[in-house]
Amino acid sequence: MATTAAPQPKTNRIGLTVLDYRGGKTTLCAGCGHNAISERIIDAFYEMGIAPERVVKMSGIGCSSKSPAYFMGRSHSFNSVHGRMPSVTTGAVLANAKIIALGVSGDGDTASIGIGQFMHLMRRNLPMIYIIEDNGVYGLTKGQFSATADLGSKLKTGVINDLPPIDTCALAIMLGATFVGRSFSGDKRQLHTMLKAALAHRGTVMLDVISPCTTFNDHEGSTKSYKFVKDHEEPLHDLNFVPHFNEIDVDYDPGTCLNVTMHDGSSLHLRKLEEDYDPTNKTEAVKRVMQAHDAEEVLTGVLYLNTTAPNFIDMINMTDQPLATLPESVTRPSRAVLDECMEALR
Amino acid sequence: MATTEFAVHGAEPGAVREPVVNDFSIQVATVNGSGSQSANTVLLRTIFQMGIPVSGKNMFPSNIAGLPTWYTIRASKKGYIARKKEIDFLVAMNPETAREDTMSLASGAAVLYDEPLKLNELRSDVTFYAVPYDKICAAVCSESKLRKLVKNMIYVGVMAQLLRLDMAEVEKALRKQFAKKVKAADLNWNAAKAGYDYAASSLTKADPFTVERMDKTAGMIIIDGNAAAALGCMFAGVTVVTWYPITPSSSLVETLIDYMKEYRVGDDGKATFAIVQAEDELAAIGMVLGAGWAGARSMTATAGPGISLMAEFAGLGYYVEIPGVIWDIQRVGPSTGLPTRTAQGDIEFVAKLSHGDTRHPMLLPCSVAECFSMASDAFDLTEQLQTPVFVMSDLDLGMNNWMSEPFQYPDKPQNRGKVLTAEELQRAGGFARYKDVDGDGIGYRTLPGTDHPQAAWFARGSGHNETSGYSERPDDYANNMDRLAHKFETARTLVPKPEMVRNDGNEVGIIAYGTSHHAVVETLDQLQGEYGVKADYLRLRAYPFTSETHDFVAAHKRIYMIDQNRDAQMLQLLKLDIAIEEIGKLRSVRHYNGLPIDARSITDDIITQEGK
Ligand SMILES: Cc1ncc(C[n+]2csc(CCOP(=O)(O)OP(=O)(O)O)c2C)c(N)n1
Ligand code: SF4
Ligand SMILES: [Mg+2]
Repeated sequence: MATTAAPQPKTNRIGLTVLDYRGGKTTLCAGCGHNAISERIIDAFYEMGIAPERVVKMSGIGCSSKSPAYFMGRSHSFNSVHGRMPSVTTGAVLANAKIIALGVSGDGDTASIGIGQFMHLMRRNLPMIYIIEDNGVYGLTKGQFSATADLGSKLKTGVINDLPPIDTCALAIMLGATFVGRSFSGDKRQLHTMLKAALAHRGTVMLDVISPCTTFNDHEGSTKSYKFVKDHEEPLHDLNFVPHFNEIDVDYDPGTCLNVTMHDGSSLHLRKLEEDYDPTNKTEAVKRVMQAHDAEEVLTGVLYLNTTAPNFIDMINMTDQPLATLPESVTRPSRAVLDECMEALR
Repeated sequence: MATTEFAVHGAEPGAVREPVVNDFSIQVATVNGSGSQSANTVLLRTIFQMGIPVSGKNMFPSNIAGLPTWYTIRASKKGYIARKKEIDFLVAMNPETAREDTMSLASGAAVLYDEPLKLNELRSDVTFYAVPYDKICAAVCSESKLRKLVKNMIYVGVMAQLLRLDMAEVEKALRKQFAKKVKAADLNWNAAKAGYDYAASSLTKADPFTVERMDKTAGMIIIDGNAAAALGCMFAGVTVVTWYPITPSSSLVETLIDYMKEYRVGDDGKATFAIVQAEDELAAIGMVLGAGWAGARSMTATAGPGISLMAEFAGLGYYVEIPGVIWDIQRVGPSTGLPTRTAQGDIEFVAKLSHGDTRHPMLLPCSVAECFSMASDAFDLTEQLQTPVFVMSDLDLGMNNWMSEPFQYPDKPQNRGKVLTAEELQRAGGFARYKDVDGDGIGYRTLPGTDHPQAAWFARGSGHNETSGYSERPDDYANNMDRLAHKFETARTLVPKPEMVRNDGNEVGIIAYGTSHHAVVETLDQLQGEYGVKADYLRLRAYPFTSETHDFVAAHKRIYMIDQNRDAQMLQLLKLDIAIEEIGKLRSVRHYNGLPIDARSITDDIITQEGK
């Protein structure tokens, strides 16, 4: 009798393989930063053992916003209209606060047409993960400047951007998002860890991920190119995230580490590179982002974290069962109530 | 002047005046923000309590305080509740408009005015009553800053005496109005009594208008259309409400908030709903669609400018096939275009709102009772058809008080449409989101969060195949468009059917919708009583048009469509829907000056077109 069993594919804690987190074949350009981000999303959701059925993938319009079709095919997805994914997501989360909302947007989708909805989303601290796949251009409409393009950066056509960029992280911090980070599509480890921590947070997670557009904006003179980011990146922390279901004990030097307990009991270890940086200090966070601009650096890491502020769902004080599936006996008051209302109008 | 038109029928000067009982209109001309609303409501309620059919219409400026406002009250023993074009009794409280208001009256009318205005010098063919408000005020109210408010209640007392209203009913109405504010109620009651006493002692009745008790309002309620819609939505089971304030829709959601806090919070203190004030209408409809997609009964309320902003999302809702209810409380024009005046101005725009080929069902309530009942209809239809549904109210209906029979408790269980659960999916072995399984053009959907590996589908615009996969194939696109068209044909069979008054042999048919109904009812009597013209009547209750409407057009030689807009919008929609040979029958009656439509204008227009 043969004694060797066929090798079992690796599964996560809910028994799914990484293949269960895959989506359709990407139609984005080879080397597009957005594809790398999709891979990190797959890994993070797989490793955290999130059931894909509990997830909704939300997006606006752009190359970036197309990417939800290329990961997690077992999740519901909504490719909405340009710049207005935040409102659609808000409605969906109100209808069913048990779903995990992951939004994917672009810098054009967020910082231009969608800046209004973006700001109000941050302000509401709606529980969701909002990723900007930030390439400094409009990819899908073939290479116009976006509002995150740096001053002086150059288009392939030679056009120079002479308007200052909007810093979406600084905005998000100021407006009320409670987990704000910046990373780079090519930084596997940092992005992976950040996404896993994001999944443990219950509030708005805003991640600005520099994601070079190989077709329109990855050349000398572009501040969102692979080369530029590699040369100018200044990571703020060494990140390590320990999910609460994972028994691994990580031994860090207490003098150099800040442990943050996330909503689900897991912890995010931020290894401090500078003595004075505290990600829970809003003012300091904005200051550091601004200083990095002056130094022509891209500051990456978890810039701001607040695990105590109430999120939008807490504030509304809704019943625990999703509104979407409340039965008629709960949503239609009785005949007696109508009689009472009619009597008051006589 | 802006709001009353020259009346057409005047009494002969000097003619012997027959008493006119329970059939007249009062216009109170005041200044916005002067607190006259309470006084007017007391007057309205008193007539109502005395059993006489009554209606009240507020014509107010887009302004918080200081501009002219007119409130008209119509008492009608025959039950006509549309605006009456002619004013019989003017209460001139606004010095700025008093002269013009007086000059525009027909002879035989009556005017109550503040003594120093000396309006009696203007004409000799109307009856004048002078009231020294300041003197009476000073006597009943020691606090000078309250006098301005109390002044209004004095005209209530004077009118009560002149019209022979029952003061006990006045007091009842007044105490209801001030509810728990006993001190305010007492102060106002004293003012009303002072007005009454003054009239009794110093004025001699010289006009023919009086009120006598009837029993036509027993058991009825008074409510505005927006509050009725709010109640309707609560009983329809709405769970997600989003909005951005805009006149005349704001009070719908504000009233809804009050009702929901009262009746839709569980014993654990937790809400069975979420109401969000959005950052704009782009976001309001985005939230509605997100919530509808995720399975909630979601809605927003807005007016024309908001509808304009919602256009792109409305199209997405049509193509992704998501439920959502949008209340459009119509008003006139964009920007500062008379936002406080009524119109049926969004009909054509909403029917096809968005780019590409789109069609949206619209419900057309004519009364507060329908604002209530059509809320349930709208939520059932939107989930059944999986498409946004618009409820087209208007400012006249939404913001004015109307009497009504009490509302009927919804008699049908909620229809949540074709939603597959995980168990059903398991049994079916999967599903194709946009496949027309049942032949009605409506596919099956699953909600996000459904715990089944095959539950997910991809919500995206028009570029998809039956399984919601991305597709740019010409056949996929065309097939989907044809199915959507077929679904709209299904909608035709599901929307509320029109109401009709028909007799054999009548050549003339009138079609109207919404608030025009109340004027048309009166027009039918005027046509027959004054001109011997017998007409049939069909009241549309929804778009798309149903077969009854086609039959009605076919059965008449001339069809008059009544539109409260300049461009005959409903007529244009009907043209697209009927056989070419029938189009020549269509004639248009349009009303578009910002005021609620009145019967006399319709009658005159039809009679002219009939060549009589
Ligand atoms: C209302 C509207 N206006 C314009 C467009 C055209 N459009 C499509 S994608 C896009 C820009 C996308 O840029 P970005 O969000 O940065 O995404 P990227 O393609 O760079 O990932 C624009 C302007 C649109 N789809 N809708
Ligand atoms: S155009 Fe740029 S952003 Fe779009 S897919 Fe290609 S590389 Fe990516
Ligand atoms: Mg971009």
